[in-house]
Amino acid sequence: MIILFYLSSGLFLGWSLGANDAANIFGTAVGSRMVRFKRAAVIASIFVIIGAVVQGAGASETLGKLGSVSTLAAAFTVALSAALSVYWMTRMKLPVSTSQAIVGAIIGWNFYTDNPTDIGTLTKIVTTWISGPILGGVFAVLLFMLVKKIQKSISIHLLYRDAIIRFGLLLVGGFGAYSLGANNIANVMGVFTKTVDLPVIDFGFIKFNGTEQLFFIGGVAIAIGVITYSKRVMETVGNTLMPLTPEAAIVVVLAQSLVLFIFSSQTLSNAVQSIGLPPIPLVPVSSSQVVIGAIIGIGLYKGGKEIKFNILGSISLGWIATPIVAGLVSFFMLFFVNNVFKKDVGESENSPMQKIVMKMDSIADSALEDDTITLVGEDPEFSVKNNKLPDMSFDENDSSGLPMIVFGSLSLFLLLVSIYLTIKLRRIKQNQDSELKKLENKYLFKLKELEESLNEQKAKQTDLDKELKYRQNEMVTMAMNIIRKNEFLSNLKREILDIKSTVKDSESRQAFNRLSLMISQNLSIDRDREKFQMHLNERNSKFLRLLSEKYPSITDNEKRLAVLLRLNLSSKEIASILNISPKSVEMNRYRLRKKLKVPPKVSLSDFIREL
Amino acid sequence: MSLLFKNVKELVRDIDEFINTVEQGVLVFKEGVINYLNDEKTSFNEKLERINYLEANADKLQRKIDDEFLLHSILPQNISDIENMLDKIDEIIDISKDNLYQFEVEIPYFPDSLIQDYIRLTNTSVEAALHAFPAVRTFFREPLKVKDILTKVFFYEKEADRISRNIKRKLFHEMDELQLSQKIHLRYFALHIETISDKAETLADMLSIMALKINL
Repeated sequence: MIILFYLSSGLFLGWSLGANDAANIFGTAVGSRMVRFKRAAVIASIFVIIGAVVQGAGASETLGKLGSVSTLAAAFTVALSAALSVYWMTRMKLPVSTSQAIVGAIIGWNFYTDNPTDIGTLTKIVTTWISGPILGGVFAVLLFMLVKKIQKSISIHLLYRDAIIRFGLLLVGGFGAYSLGANNIANVMGVFTKTVDLPVIDFGFIKFNGTEQLFFIGGVAIAIGVITYSKRVMETVGNTLMPLTPEAAIVVVLAQSLVLFIFSSQTLSNAVQSIGLPPIPLVPVSSSQVVIGAIIGIGLYKGGKEIKFNILGSISLGWIATPIVAGLVSFFMLFFVNNVFKKDVGESENSPMQKIVMKMDSIADSALEDDTITLVGEDPEFSVKNNKLPDMSFDENDSSGLPMIVFGSLSLFLLLVSIYLTIKLRRIKQNQDSELKKLENKYLFKLKELEESLNEQKAKQTDLDKELKYRQNEMVTMAMNIIRKNEFLSNLKREILDIKSTVKDSESRQAFNRLSLMISQNLSIDRDREKFQMHLNERNSKFLRLLSEKYPSITDNEKRLAVLLRLNLSSKEIASILNISPKSVEMNRYRLRKKLKVPPKVSLSDFIREL
Repeated sequence: MSLLFKNVKELVRDIDEFINTVEQGVLVFKEGVINYLNDEKTSFNEKLERINYLEANADKLQRKIDDEFLLHSILPQNISDIENMLDKIDEIIDISKDNLYQFEVEIPYFPDSLIQDYIRLTNTSVEAALHAFPAVRTFFREPLKVKDILTKVFFYEKEADRISRNIKRKLFHEMDELQLSQKIHLRYFALHIETISDKAETLADMLSIMALKINL
């Protein structure tokens, strides 16, 4: 049970990863309604878990080389620091990724415990962060060219093409989820692999060691994130970066999956090594950044007009800011866990922080022993009797802790500044609250007066509503009259042209021409219709917004029909306004009924009016 | 793979059947008008029954296609355009049926000298519609080629306009033996027949825009 508690920070990180990164895989497919969310969530969940268990070890091992977090409390704190950094930076709308946060948090642990950071591993990781999006872009361009070539060479029925794309989105999504699990499980569970030792589970035909079980648990956490929260992310941010066609979405997801797969496959790395090439670094990379790289690649291939290059700046900022923030958070949290909760976080006795703490302890001990310092509560003068403080100086020859002291002091200073700012902010808030209370009392009297006048206004409002309804009906009648008038005029014009063609007398012909011109000037069927439409949209803007929110799949034509039905117009009248046949209106009503899921016994017009 | 395409196969079949039904309806209309002009009453009545059946069948198919599109969320980005296109196709058979019934209800009198003109008008107007249907089929298979096929629709529509104008001119200029009421009545029938090509033109306009959109 206690292990589960310690794992909770990693599980939280896994949940947030699932909630956010599933949108990179199925965002466009679900956002464009090509794939239903339920199906996408099931596929993503299954393949994320498989990927994590089967192929998660490689990237996790690299993180282990960067910093082998040695105690459970430390692992909990490091994962929690990464999760909090991601949460805080997301709230601050800063570019962030779990991969970079966990690396920063591990480096924070290295600093705190005086463990050396392997520069070689760090360089390898940072190089991968940069090369990941670039590789994503290259893959995307190549795949995009291939897809275009196939599309040109094969002519296939639109509906079959739709089915193939749908199937492709599912297939590529499955691969994407597998790669995400394989590559990013290290972020979620990597820090726990050295500290949590679970017994091997033997099913006879297959065995699961402790690490695989951990990765399974992490995979489940990611899957829960996908199922519980990713729908909202997919629907809101799925297409924000750039609206993609389903074909382009397949390309982007495939490019991203390939990159994540490459940076997590031990087999592929071994294969590359066996032909004499350097091994592929197995490092967790940010799926969002690879996706951005892939989209930019396609954008460049198309000419580069639609690309927002400032997004590159935000990725670079993410590379630098995320590890620093996560490192600082991790450092402070380890300090608290270590010194407040007295938990072993794997610090060595030679670590500078440990030395500071030990010195502080010795000051307290010697003070108590000599009885030279009187506690404030006992002696109001609070004096140091022998004016001699214990020796706090460090060994001058011991220079290894110097950067640590500087870093520690800086961190302490930052902590003090933030505490000061928090207190100040709280005071300001308290002052504001008391001011607010005074104002509240003052306005309470006014509120009563306002309530009375509000009631009067309400009565007036009811009258105005009635008036508005009357005007609305009048408006519709007027618009229809205009349309009928225009139809009559166009018939009249046709008649005149017919008669003109039969007349040979030039004067009469000229007279007919003038007449025809006069009618043309007065004829403006489409303009009137457009004006009427605009007017309707303005009047019903709230209703239209509600329709779009409640029924996202509703089309513009259906919205138009709903507005006209709301005005209680008959199918014939609507047909005349929309310039379509009454039968088409009936068909459109049938479609609208289905989309709004109106029960069979309820009238469509009533249902719309009650919305 | 067969499971993957099971629904699609059925839907493709339904769409083809729907287009075939409307196409047959237009052909029945053409034969019906010619039967009426040649005074072949039994055949004309048969055509009325046939077009009635075809129109009902087209409606049934359209609803089925609509349900399938919605149920399986097929072509979600183009669904609105495709639904409108199906409406426009359906309108062609509706108008054909209504117009044929106009002959049965109003029993217009056609002088012998005009019969050939009306037959020509019917053939040309129907030809415009008949060229729009292959364009619809092509739209689903090779959208890039739609524009080439549509040229014929626009040509026959213009031709139908011209023939109709000639008929009207002939009616009001040369046929003094007819009363004004008869002239106006016959003029309306020229208009009725012409509507088929007008509807085909509307469908063609829509198709050319849709082909462009789908290729973007």
